[in-house]
Amino acid sequence: MHAEEKMTYETWPAEPEKSTLEAKNKFLGFWLFLGGETVLFATLFATYLALKDKVPNTSQPLAKDLFELPLTFVATMLLLTSSITSVYAMYHMKNFAFKKMMLWLGLTVLLGLGFLGLEVYEFSHYVHEGHKFTSSAFGSAFYSLVGFHGGHVAFGLCWILTLMIRNSKRGLSLYNAPKFYVASLYWHFIDVVWVFIFTVVYLMGMVG
Amino acid sequence: MSTIAQKKGFGATVWDFLTTVDHKKIAILYLIAGGFFFLVGGLEAVFIRIQLAVPNNDFVSAGAFNEIITMHGTTMIFLAAMPLIFAFMNAVMPLQIGARDVAFPFVNALGFWLFFFGGIFLNLSWFLGGAPDAGWTSYASLALHSKGHGIDFYVLGLQISGIGTLIGGINFLVTIINMRAPGMTYMRMPLFTWTTFVASALILFAFPPLTVGLTLMMFDRLFGANFFDVTMGGNTVIWEHLFWIFGHPEVYILILPAFGIFSEIFSIFSRKRLFGYSSMVFATVLIGFLGFMVWAHHMFTTGLGPVANAIFAVATMAIGVPTGIKIFNWLFTMWGGSVKFTVPMYYAFGFIPSFVMGGVTGVMVATAAADYQYHDTYFVVAHFHYVIVGGVVLGILAGVHLWWPKMFGTMLSETLGKVTFWFFFIGFHLTFFIQHFLGLWGMPRRVFTYLPGQGFDTANMVSSIGAAFMSIGVLVMLYNIIMTSVKNVKVGNDPWEDGRTLEWSIPSPPPFYNFKQLPLVRGLDAYWIEKMDGKKGMTPAEPLGDIHMPNGSFIPFMIALGLFIAAFGAMYHVDKEAWALPVLIIGLLVTFGSMFVRSIKDDHGFHIHKEELQDEKGAKA
Ligand SMILES: [Cu+2]
Repeated sequence: MHAEEKMTYETWPAEPEKSTLEAKNKFLGFWLFLGGETVLFATLFATYLALKDKVPNTSQPLAKDLFELPLTFVATMLLLTSSITSVYAMYHMKNFAFKKMMLWLGLTVLLGLGFLGLEVYEFSHYVHEGHKFTSSAFGSAFYSLVGFHGGHVAFGLCWILTLMIRNSKRGLSLYNAPKFYVASLYWHFIDVVWVFIFTVVYLMGMVG
Repeated sequence: MSTIAQKKGFGATVWDFLTTVDHKKIAILYLIAGGFFFLVGGLEAVFIRIQLAVPNNDFVSAGAFNEIITMHGTTMIFLAAMPLIFAFMNAVMPLQIGARDVAFPFVNALGFWLFFFGGIFLNLSWFLGGAPDAGWTSYASLALHSKGHGIDFYVLGLQISGIGTLIGGINFLVTIINMRAPGMTYMRMPLFTWTTFVASALILFAFPPLTVGLTLMMFDRLFGANFFDVTMGGNTVIWEHLFWIFGHPEVYILILPAFGIFSEIFSIFSRKRLFGYSSMVFATVLIGFLGFMVWAHHMFTTGLGPVANAIFAVATMAIGVPTGIKIFNWLFTMWGGSVKFTVPMYYAFGFIPSFVMGGVTGVMVATAAADYQYHDTYFVVAHFHYVIVGGVVLGILAGVHLWWPKMFGTMLSETLGKVTFWFFFIGFHLTFFIQHFLGLWGMPRRVFTYLPGQGFDTANMVSSIGAAFMSIGVLVMLYNIIMTSVKNVKVGNDPWEDGRTLEWSIPSPPPFYNFKQLPLVRGLDAYWIEKMDGKKGMTPAEPLGDIHMPNGSFIPFMIALGLFIAAFGAMYHVDKEAWALPVLIIGLLVTFGSMFVRSIKDDHGFHIHKEELQDEKGAKA
């Protein structure tokens, strides 16, 4: 199968993300990349746990003074929902339903943007309370871990948007299907990392 | 295609290499760049040995000495050994598995340019206010207080080149998993391919901790963070952990491919199947696995406590078992074989006793209680030079001689090769053997001079003379390379006559598509099997058809260049230079803009048509 071929619903394969050698390589390579990303975040988590609540003086806020459940809960829900919408998008991609895929991807992007907005608000709130990147080791570790994740969200949004705009007029092909697929894999990965951040940073932070 | 290549002018050749995505050309780029940095690192070593040749020497100042030892270690590990290993992985691995290229040719080129610009950035520190001076391990307690921008050069340069290595590792993994020729099962892969596979997996899991460590250091030094600043709640031991979680696997990333090279050599020149192939594979995987559980043996004196020290000591000694398996398998490969004493075989012979000595001192320093005595002395310096030079560098030199004909189509002189070997081998033992005793007598490492009359004088002089021998060996090799290139006597497919694996079944250097028809692999040592059956070449696994090839691209160069520019902006930003921020932004724009162009511009590659391939065949016959 050639990647450039014009496809129809009838000729569209069951696994368009793995139907050419290039696509297979991309699929596997991206999984391996996510393996490396896992180690990267694991390292950041370890650093955060080692430096949690490590502040130079008692006037600075600690984790239990800062985090509030409602805000982070809403953020978590936004991101989890965006993972589901991207699953729907890939479902339609596999069925060669380009319009529907674009619709669900659009929803994913909107939810992601909502999450980022909340994160920006949250960070500015913390800075206001004296919890800054430069004020303590705790601050440095917190903003690095959560900020790295936020950076991943932002990059994922740009990526998905670029793919959507670039392919808006030409529909699905075996050349761009794997691109959509790995972008959605990336999005799921970001979501999984957030579940760990929610647990380790926020829930465990609130109990002390 | 091949006729066009011959007529190209100098400019066209340069442009060709700047835009190439061909794994064989990228291998040559890695070889040249890695070779260049090897000479730079070697020059730094010579300066160290001149300074230490006599007591109370003032050849270089104390500060300059710190910079030189830091840059010697950093350059040799990251900018010489790694890329030289990568050169062979690129040149040989795709050929050994019967592939037409790597899985991601574009990413392959990007990996090279990132490494290259990272290395150049790091070395520019010499001309821009001073090199890093906190040792190649750059412990945070030293690095945070280092004046000037040396450490920033280290952090940013290694970050850029590290990303290149990481994507290179992923690329090799996918290539080996997805692109093996028909019949090339995992347990028929040549040992060099196996070690490339395991080393790439190590890269995938070991480089992210380094990336994070370097990022934290960058945040601390350039953006006011406090990860390692104890007065702000930070903890400097975090850096030690992150560095060694990367650093220990790194030595296996280097030594495993060298093991692979020697496995090929022992088998080829004993004209015998590798003894205990399956146990060799098993040992390689086991070493890779254990390599992640021993990092704290570099931190026995940090004060992690007796339990941690005991666990890491035992885990470290356990690695001696799979390594021992390998040593015996190599010996048994030669046993009963008809051994041919070629230059690669000289290196292989020299490697075994040298590396075993490094292994024995390795078990000594792994003994946590005894390590309190060895730590930070010349004993440790002797130990790691025995494994790195006695293992990795001998492996690289052997690989250069073994695969030179495959990469360039010409044969290096055997006589000059043997001269190089003897100078280098004798020089190596002369330099480092005595350093074991210097360490036991109490000479600390990383000191810029010592007083006379402490019993260090003669030993240091001997060590420095050894360094001179090694330098002569390297110079002879350079002469050898130049003379071989000038004479330009072309060789055939199988210049050693005893080639066993697929790379020897195709022309030297191979055509840009490697295999006209993918070969059918019928067992381990695929080419040897066909030769023993009286055939001239491999049996094709497919009819002659169109070949799909990737287009060249200048974008990898631009992506790496952007980061190179951005790094200057990030670094001088701290000095409140007005131009720093714009430079940072411009650099990032170049990088992300190039990535954007890459992502929106379709690149389907091109096809070589069946008829062209047939013509070429006709022309040759
Ligand atoms: Cu180690």
